[in-house]
Amino acid sequence: MLVPVSWLREYVEIQLPPHELAERLTLAGLDVESIKLIGLPGAELPWQPEKILVGELLAVHPHPDADRLVLAEVDYGGPEPEVVVSGPPSLLPLRGQSGLQRKVVFALEGARLWDPYAAEPKIKTLKATKIRGVASRAMVCSEKELGLSDEHEDIIYLPDDAPVGTPLVDYLGDAVFDIDIKGPFAHLYSIVGVARETAALLGTALRRDVLEVLDRHPAELTPTTDFIELEIADPDLCSRYTAAFIRGVTVGPSPFWMQTRLRRAGMRPINNIVDVTNYVMLELGQPLHAFDYHVLRPRPGEERPAIVVRRARPGERMATLDRVQRTFDGEMLLITDGGGPVAVAGVMGGLDSEVETKTEDILLESANFDFLNVRRTSRLLGLASEASLRFGRQVDPELTVTAAARAAHLMAELGGGTVVPVIGDVYPGRHAPTAIKFDPAEATRILGIEVPVDTITRILASLEFQVAEDNQRPGILQVTPPSHRPDVTRPVDLVEEVARIWGYDRFPTTLLRDELPPQRANLRLLGAERVRDILAGCGLDEVITYSLVDLEDEGNLLQTEANAGEYLRVINPLSAERSYLRRTLLPTLLHTARENLRFLERVNIFEIGAVYLPRKGELLPDEPRRLGIVMTGPREERSWLPGQDREAVGFYTLKGVTEALLKGLGLEGVFEPGAHAAFHPGRCAQLQVGGEVVGVMGEIHPAVREAFDLPAQPLCALELDLDRLLACWGAPRTLEPLSTHPPVYEDLALVVGQETPALQVRDLIAQAGQPLLRSVTLFDVYCGEQVAAGKKSLAYRLTYQADDRTLTDREVGRLREKIIRRLERELGAVLRG
Amino acid sequence: MLDQLEQKARQALDATPDSDALAAWHRHYLGKKGAATQMLRSVSALPPEERPAFGQAVNRLKRALETAFEARQAVIQRQEMEQQLASGAIDVTLSGRPTGPGHLHLTTQTLRQIYAIFAGMGFQVYEAPDVETDELNFGLLNMPPEHPARDMWDTFWIGDQVLLRTHTSPGQIRVMRERYPEPIRVILPGKCYRYEQITARAEHQFYQVEGLAVGRGIQMTDLIGTLTEFARRFYEPDRRIRIRGSYFPFTEPSIEADMDCILCNGKGCRVCKYSGWLEVCGAGMVHPVVLQNGGYDPEEWSGFAFGFGVERPAMVKYGIDDIRYFYGNDLRFSTQF
Ligand SMILES: [Zn+2]
Repeated sequence: MLVPVSWLREYVEIQLPPHELAERLTLAGLDVESIKLIGLPGAELPWQPEKILVGELLAVHPHPDADRLVLAEVDYGGPEPEVVVSGPPSLLPLRGQSGLQRKVVFALEGARLWDPYAAEPKIKTLKATKIRGVASRAMVCSEKELGLSDEHEDIIYLPDDAPVGTPLVDYLGDAVFDIDIKGPFAHLYSIVGVARETAALLGTALRRDVLEVLDRHPAELTPTTDFIELEIADPDLCSRYTAAFIRGVTVGPSPFWMQTRLRRAGMRPINNIVDVTNYVMLELGQPLHAFDYHVLRPRPGEERPAIVVRRARPGERMATLDRVQRTFDGEMLLITDGGGPVAVAGVMGGLDSEVETKTEDILLESANFDFLNVRRTSRLLGLASEASLRFGRQVDPELTVTAAARAAHLMAELGGGTVVPVIGDVYPGRHAPTAIKFDPAEATRILGIEVPVDTITRILASLEFQVAEDNQRPGILQVTPPSHRPDVTRPVDLVEEVARIWGYDRFPTTLLRDELPPQRANLRLLGAERVRDILAGCGLDEVITYSLVDLEDEGNLLQTEANAGEYLRVINPLSAERSYLRRTLLPTLLHTARENLRFLERVNIFEIGAVYLPRKGELLPDEPRRLGIVMTGPREERSWLPGQDREAVGFYTLKGVTEALLKGLGLEGVFEPGAHAAFHPGRCAQLQVGGEVVGVMGEIHPAVREAFDLPAQPLCALELDLDRLLACWGAPRTLEPLSTHPPVYEDLALVVGQETPALQVRDLIAQAGQPLLRSVTLFDVYCGEQVAAGKKSLAYRLTYQADDRTLTDREVGRLREKIIRRLERELGAVLRG
Repeated sequence: MLDQLEQKARQALDATPDSDALAAWHRHYLGKKGAATQMLRSVSALPPEERPAFGQAVNRLKRALETAFEARQAVIQRQEMEQQLASGAIDVTLSGRPTGPGHLHLTTQTLRQIYAIFAGMGFQVYEAPDVETDELNFGLLNMPPEHPARDMWDTFWIGDQVLLRTHTSPGQIRVMRERYPEPIRVILPGKCYRYEQITARAEHQFYQVEGLAVGRGIQMTDLIGTLTEFARRFYEPDRRIRIRGSYFPFTEPSIEADMDCILCNGKGCRVCKYSGWLEVCGAGMVHPVVLQNGGYDPEEWSGFAFGFGVERPAMVKYGIDDIRYFYGNDLRFSTQF
């Protein structure tokens, strides 16, 4: 909300410079996000107090040598009036006139002003000059030259009571705060509301004149008036409807001071009647609406026009002030007259009852509507207004009459009419104020500071809470919140008021002294962090991709249309690409690889993140964590060194990483041929850990690669269920003794069938070699001329060792025979020469 | 005669230039047919009574020369090694064999720093799901349906009652219900989602860390102290903290904590929007309704909660001006950290 400090000063005395006031407000929760200085020191264009002054135009003389220029004679408080060359359209017809007494802004030589003709904003310094032979060393300014607006057609005219010779900065300078009001607090969406907070913070009093308008202009409050018939048909949505009647106004522009304030508060002046409704709304926070009284229709057979507040009939229509035809549902609240809708309650008026130039009599609405209903209507109609903004945050129902009276008298003042001293007021939703029992010790319990009870009382009173001692329980306070604070219902709400007015800058800091809760190991987190460290150690870079994905990508991965029913879908997605919750990490990893291949030749990435699997009969999905890896590009980075491995990564590169991961976690894994639509059918393995399948890995199918627009180079990927992988992680282990006796090494080359999986051969050797065979390492795989077709040769290095003795050749020989016999018998293996 | 031989031998030894010459010297003076041995043989030409003394003198000479030889040998070997090493010099400015680790995502690195700092204050990590119920994300956090404060979060909806969590706060309810009646100190990290167009300042997916402490004597001053401690350990030890009032439906009183801008030291710059302050987090004392919903009696227990984005602090710390870098996963970005 925009708050001009000059306006604030009307209700509270402020000695602080603007930025200090802003800081105080900000600390108290009224976040001043920015300060716009107008003419003050520090502003973009400070108005020099000795150079830019309020002047009085005394006379306009013709320019001897130019038709479109005049000589303006201005009194600016100097020893002599100054004559300057000027040419605004409004001065041309005044040529030859004197005794004008129009107030203008006068800038003397050396004044710094915006250059109105520069393409980019630029400040120029006013210099003495000669225009068509006439010397001129000062000027009459336009709004644009002062930075007040873009208006440069004409000069700016100040009100007649502007004091001549006063520096303009003192007369019109200002600071406008942009306050971010946090929370649904209508009471802060007003100048008086901010002034009340300011007064409480500064320890001064709020000037309440405007709130006490009825004391100066008494009026009769009655539900039945002779000028309007009021009916609230749906009191659940309208707790109060107040209507004032102003007769005989003349619609015209509002005065300079009001227009200036409205503009600074971010509103556009329209005419004196509409401006008053906006002005009072800004001032007090009560939205108002002015109807042209003679447009309002009576109910059939009646004399007086009627206002009926009721729910819309489904499908009922009306054009709003913004010239849009609106259709309402049965929960939307309308203001209707005897003939039909005239306004959407609390949101916007109707086009047909708008105040026009010819309007003379005004019916002024000041009402209170249910805030949730206003929010709903505003949301469904896509129609937000200054009124709905405030009504949607619970406006004080006690405010309607004060605001109506204030606005009515302003209208009469500016529009020359009379206020009828009877105010129509229907108030079915009146609530008695409720007191809160408040133990001041609660403030200490929650805040950790000792605030004296009389300070608490003073703070609450400054915010207009009524504070009394509890009769029965000494020391306990009975605090009644003011009607504009419906948000305060509990003792802790009072604690907050005390804290923020007391000032958070005065709080000391302490560290938790409370009992330390039981500390538990978080294996879930530790496991994931361990996996991250191992994979980064293997040279992979971690990525984090979006959880929201494109269903088409999931289909591209599976090479068939993805079944939307298996996915959680966002009802209101940002885009089609981000509308489903992923079931796999691979598509976004493949996208990431593709994007990076535009700049890099090697991409080795991994991600740990949740996937979202809907569960039958459950509201929330299962969110297992997955580990995904994608690798592509040369196995080694390019370098100058000989012996580089510039082959493309392949199945075994990724498998090496996977084995390193298992080793790093101390887990045993079993790789078996696997099948998955996204992978090369012959280069896909599934991984088992602890007897459970945890995931799949392999080379990505060329068709999938193409579907993801990836270049034609091998690309390997893995996806594991991280929680299943880690299920066995962290189990206690015991040390295997280290033998001090020398090992015996032996190589064994075998020829087996092409189809025989290496794992089977290895397992068989390991089994047969028990208990002395310590390790089996495959060091050569060969198929070609040296072995028969359909066969392959596998060469292993075997390591034998005993814990308690040095092995003899005989022992090793016997074991070797045993191994060979089993290989021959079970796999048809032949020892290679 | 022996003296002459010794003098000559020592001169020759000092003049040996390399191992070969040294070996030749050894052969010449101390070898089987060397000068010293010859000298010993000549003992037979002496009268018998002089023989023992002469023999002893020759042996002394041999020992002395042998010692001198060893010393010379050490010098020459050292010289020769140095010559050899000199010829083996390489260009140390050439790059090494490519090896080495990959990079953890900046979010992971930031989260780890945060975990470590809060672990030091007794806060442990508690994780909660991304897909949440309306009830946990809003309702139980003191925001019943149509509550105006819901406007503070633009929500992705999965169904009438299900949504993508807009903040990590629903974890507060989950952890309270799980841990009651223990006191609680946890941080809740995780992905959050907001229905927001993606720009340099806003992402629809981001990480947040929530903190929650519940106990029998937890006060606002503890909250301020905890946040101050965090800022000083995450950024720099002499950072200043500013606390200002704020509003969140699930805390009462609510505050926001700012830190003096690390880029301009509070003087005002583009990053801090010329205020001199950077927002660190939103926080407050847990609202009695929320404590109640978590199972804790607000008359007996109190607590504080805070929450902040993970990307923002990293952006400030490393001068990153576009949040899209985080989940755009351009490796040229991620591998800088
Ligand atoms: Zn800064």
